[in-house]
Amino acid sequence: MVLPDFSIALPEIFLACVAMALLMVGAFRGNKSTSLISWLSVLAFIFAGFLVQFEGHATVTTFGGLYRDDNFAVFMKTLCLGASAFAIIMSIDFNKREKLVRFEFPILIVIATLGMMVMISANDLMTMYLGIELMSLSLYVTAAFKRDSVRSTEAGLKYFVLGALSSGMLLYGVSLIYGFSGTTNFDVLRDTFMSGEAEAGVGLLIGLVFLIAGLAFKVSAVPFHMWAPDVYEGVPTPVTAFFAAAPKVAAIALFLRVFVTPFGDLVDQWQQIIVFVSIASMILGAFAAINQKNIKRLMAYSSIGHIGYALVGLAAGTEEGVRGVLIYMAIYVVMNIGTFACILSMRQRDGMVEDISELAGLSKTRPWMAFFLLLFMFSLAGIPPLAGFFGKFYIFVAAVNAGLVPLAVVGLVTSVVGAYYYLRIVKIMYFDDAAEGFEPVSRTQTIIMTASGLFVAFFVIFPAPLLEGAEAAAAVLFP
Amino acid sequence: MLDWPILSTVTFLPLIGVLLILLTSGKEESAARNARWVALWTTLFTFVISLFIWINFDADTAAFQFVEKGSWLGNNINYHMGVDGISMLFIILTTFLMPLCILASWEAITVRVREYMIAFLIMETLMIGVFCALDMVLFYLFFEAGLIPMFLIIGVWGGAQRVYASFKFFLYTLIGSVLMLVAMITMYFIAGTTDIPTLIDFSFDPHLQLWLWLAFFASFAVKVPMWPVHTWLPDAHVQAPTAGSVILAGVLLKMGGYGFLRFSIPMFPEGSEYFAPLVFALSVVAIIYTSLVALVQKDMKKLIAYSSVAHMGFITIGIFTFTQQGLEGGILQMISHGIVSGALFLCVGVVYDRLHTREIARYGGLVNRMPKYALIFLIFTMATIGLPGTSGFVGEFLILVGAYQVNTTVAFIATIGVILGAAYSLWLYRRVVFGELVKEDLKNIMDVGRREILIFAPLIIVAFWIGIYPEPFLDVMHASVTNLMDQHETAIEASKTILNAAK
Repeated sequence: MVLPDFSIALPEIFLACVAMALLMVGAFRGNKSTSLISWLSVLAFIFAGFLVQFEGHATVTTFGGLYRDDNFAVFMKTLCLGASAFAIIMSIDFNKREKLVRFEFPILIVIATLGMMVMISANDLMTMYLGIELMSLSLYVTAAFKRDSVRSTEAGLKYFVLGALSSGMLLYGVSLIYGFSGTTNFDVLRDTFMSGEAEAGVGLLIGLVFLIAGLAFKVSAVPFHMWAPDVYEGVPTPVTAFFAAAPKVAAIALFLRVFVTPFGDLVDQWQQIIVFVSIASMILGAFAAINQKNIKRLMAYSSIGHIGYALVGLAAGTEEGVRGVLIYMAIYVVMNIGTFACILSMRQRDGMVEDISELAGLSKTRPWMAFFLLLFMFSLAGIPPLAGFFGKFYIFVAAVNAGLVPLAVVGLVTSVVGAYYYLRIVKIMYFDDAAEGFEPVSRTQTIIMTASGLFVAFFVIFPAPLLEGAEAAAAVLFP
Repeated sequence: MLDWPILSTVTFLPLIGVLLILLTSGKEESAARNARWVALWTTLFTFVISLFIWINFDADTAAFQFVEKGSWLGNNINYHMGVDGISMLFIILTTFLMPLCILASWEAITVRVREYMIAFLIMETLMIGVFCALDMVLFYLFFEAGLIPMFLIIGVWGGAQRVYASFKFFLYTLIGSVLMLVAMITMYFIAGTTDIPTLIDFSFDPHLQLWLWLAFFASFAVKVPMWPVHTWLPDAHVQAPTAGSVILAGVLLKMGGYGFLRFSIPMFPEGSEYFAPLVFALSVVAIIYTSLVALVQKDMKKLIAYSSVAHMGFITIGIFTFTQQGLEGGILQMISHGIVSGALFLCVGVVYDRLHTREIARYGGLVNRMPKYALIFLIFTMATIGLPGTSGFVGEFLILVGAYQVNTTVAFIATIGVILGAAYSLWLYRRVVFGELVKEDLKNIMDVGRREILIFAPLIIVAFWIGIYPEPFLDVMHASVTNLMDQHETAIEASKTILNAAK
C-alpha cells in the first residue's frame, strides 16, 4: 500500500496536534493556564505560517486528489493564520478584564483555523464541506462562549440554527452537482466542463445556486446576511474581531477556488448571480449602516458592504479579478484588526462601551487612538492614499476590464454613501465635545493599532510585496 | 535643468515639517508656539525652493520638464512627476499662499494648534502633488487625499455650522471624483497605461470620449465649482477658518480648472468640442445667477464665495474657447483669482478676528478707525472687479477677447457679469468701510497690525505685478498653451476628415 503524501498537509497536521496537546494542558491545569495556552497558540500559528511558506510553491495534490497546495493556498493560509493570531492576542487581556478566562477559547480558534486551512486547500467538494463544518462548529461554540450572558447565547444559537440551515443547503447543492456530473473532484469537474462533455443542465445549475447560497451565508453576503448584525453585536468583542476577519477570508478563498477552478467555464451561468449578490451587499452595507448606534453592529454592516466589493472581483471572473479580491481581502483584514483593536479599547471606568456616541471628543482624550481610528475609517471608506483605496482600485480595474462598467459605477457610488457613516465616526471623535474618556489603552492593543495603522498609511509607498504575492496566487487558479 | 528631483523635494518638504512638529513635545503653550514657527519656516523654505522651478524653467518648450520617473504599482502605473507651462505657476501659487495662511492663523487659531499646522502642511504636500503628477493614479491620489485634511480643517476649526459644511464638502467632491475614477480605469483598460503624456497622445474613440469627458466633468465641475453643483462652496467657505477659505479659493478651486486643461481638453478633444456649448451655458448662468445672489448676501464670506463661483465661470469660458487668449487668460485669471480672492478672505478674517462676526450689517464706517485696512481692502476690491492695472483686469480681458472670437453672445453676457461684479463688490465695500462710524463696538477697533501688513504686502505686490507687467507669467505658458491648441485643432481636423470620408 502506498501512503499518500502527508507533507503537503503538514501545517494542518501540525495545528491539529497542537490543538490536542493544548487541550490536554488546559484539561489538566485548568483556566489558570489560559494565557500560556493563548501565547502557545499564537506561536503555533507563527510556526504553521513558516511551514506554509516553506512547503514549496508548486501546485501539488494529495490524498487521491482531495487536497491541494499551491500559491493561492499559501497566500490565503498566511492571511488566515495572521488574522487568527491577532484575534487571540487581542482577546487575552480583554478576557482577563471581563472575567471571561477560559482555556477553550484559544483552542477553539486554533481548531477553527484548522478548518479554514482545509477549506482553502480543498480540491474536492467533500473536503470543502469537511473544512466548512470544522470551522463552523468551532465558531458556533465561540459565539456562545460567554455562556451566562443572554445576548451571547442568543447570538450563538441564532448563528447555529441559521448556519446549520446554510450547511444543509450547501450539502444539498453538492449532492445535486454530484448527481448531475458524476464527480465531486474539482479537477475532474473542470475537465468535464472544459471539454464540453457535460452540458450545464438545469439540475447542475440548481446545485450551483444552492452552493452559492451556502457560501454566501458564510461570508454574510446579501440576501444571506441576516445573522451578521445580531451575531456581531451579541458575541463578546474579541469574538466579533475574529469573526470579521479570518472566517471571511477562508470563505472568500473557497468562493474563488470553487467558482474559478471547477466551474470556471460556466462563468456565464453564475456571473449574474454573483453580480446581484454583490450589488445587493454593497447597497445594503452602505445604507443600513447609516443609522447604527452600536459600533459592532455598524462594523457588521460595513463588513457586508466590503464582502460586496470583494465579490465584484469574483464577478469579473478573470485572473485580474481574483488578484483584486486577494489584495482586497488582505487589506480588509488589516483594517479590521486595527479597528477592532480600537473597539476593544473602548473601556470606561465601569466597563466596556459599544455606543458610537461614547467616542465623542476622543481626539482630545486619546489623540493617538483617535488618529488611528481616523486612519482606519478613511481607509475603510476607500479614500486615497490609504490602503483601502488600493483594494477598491484593483477590484474596479478588474470589473471594468471584464466589461462590468455598471457594476463598477454602482460600487463606487455606494462607496460614497458608505463614506458618510465612516465620516460620522470621525466627526464624533474630532468635532464633538469630549465625553467621559476611556481608560488607558493596553500595550498589546496599542501595538496592534500602530502596526495596522502604519500598514494602512504606508501601503502606498511599499505596495510591491502584496501586489506581487497576490499576482502569483491568482495566477495558479488560471492554469 | 537641475540634476536633483526638485519636484519631489518641493512636494514632500512640508511632510518634514509635519515630522518636526510631531517631534516637538512640551506644554500646550510652548508646543503651539513651536508648531507655528516650524510650520512658517517649512512653508517659507518650500516657497524658496519652489522658486528654483520657475528660475530653471525653460519657457521655449511645451514638453514636460524636471521629469522624475520611478516604478510604483507596476503594470504601467508609475511614479511620474513633471511640470509644463500650465502647471508650473500653480505650484508657485500654492507655495506662495501657504506661508501667508500660516501667518493668518497665527493668532486666530488657539486650540489644537499642532494638529492645525500638521493638517495644513499635509494639505500643501497634496496640493503641490496634484499639479506635479504625470500619472493618473498618482494625480487621483493627491486629488482625493486632499479631502481628508480639508474635512478636518473645516470640521474642527470651523464655525457654528461646520459639521454640515464639512460633510457637504466631502461628499459632493467624492461623488464627482469616483465617477472620474471609473473613467480613469476605463482609459487604463483601453490605453494600457495611466501615464498622462502617453494618454495625451493617445486618441480615444470619439463616441467613448463623450462619456469619459462627462465623467471627468463630474469631478472637475464640482471642484471648480460650476453651477448647479456649486452649493457646497458657500457653506464650506463660510464655515472654514480664514486660512482654510484662502486655500479653498486660492488653490482647491483651481484644481478643477487645471483638470480641464490637463485631462479634458488634450485627452478628449472631440468631447471638449462637443460639450463646449454646455460649459458656456453653465458658466454664463453661473456668472449672472451667482452675481445676483452675491448682491443679496448678508454674510461677507458668503458674498465673496459667490463671487468666486462667478469668477470661476469666466475661467471655464476662457478655457473652452480653445483660443490662445482665452486659454492664457483662463490660466492667468486662475492665478490672479487665487491671489485676490485669497486676499479678500484674509480681509474678512482681519475684521472677523476683532469682532467675531461676518455679518455685513454689523460693520460700517471702518475707514475712520482703520485707514490702512480700508486701503488694502480697496486695492483688492478693485482687483476683483478687474480695474486696469490690477491682476484681475488682464485675465478677464484676455478671456473676453477669446470669447468674442468664438461666441459673441457668451462674451456679451459675460461682460454683463463684469458689471454685476463691480456692483456687488463696490456695494460690499461701501457698506463695510464707508459711512458714519456709529456702531458702539466698532469705536475701539484697531487698525491692521504689523503681522497683518506682512501678510498683505506680498499679495498687493503680486496683484499689481500681474496687472502692470504680466509678461513673465504669460511667457512661461505660451509654448504649452500653443501646443495644447495645436493638438486640439489637429485632433478636430482629423476627426472631421474621417467624418467626411465616411460620408
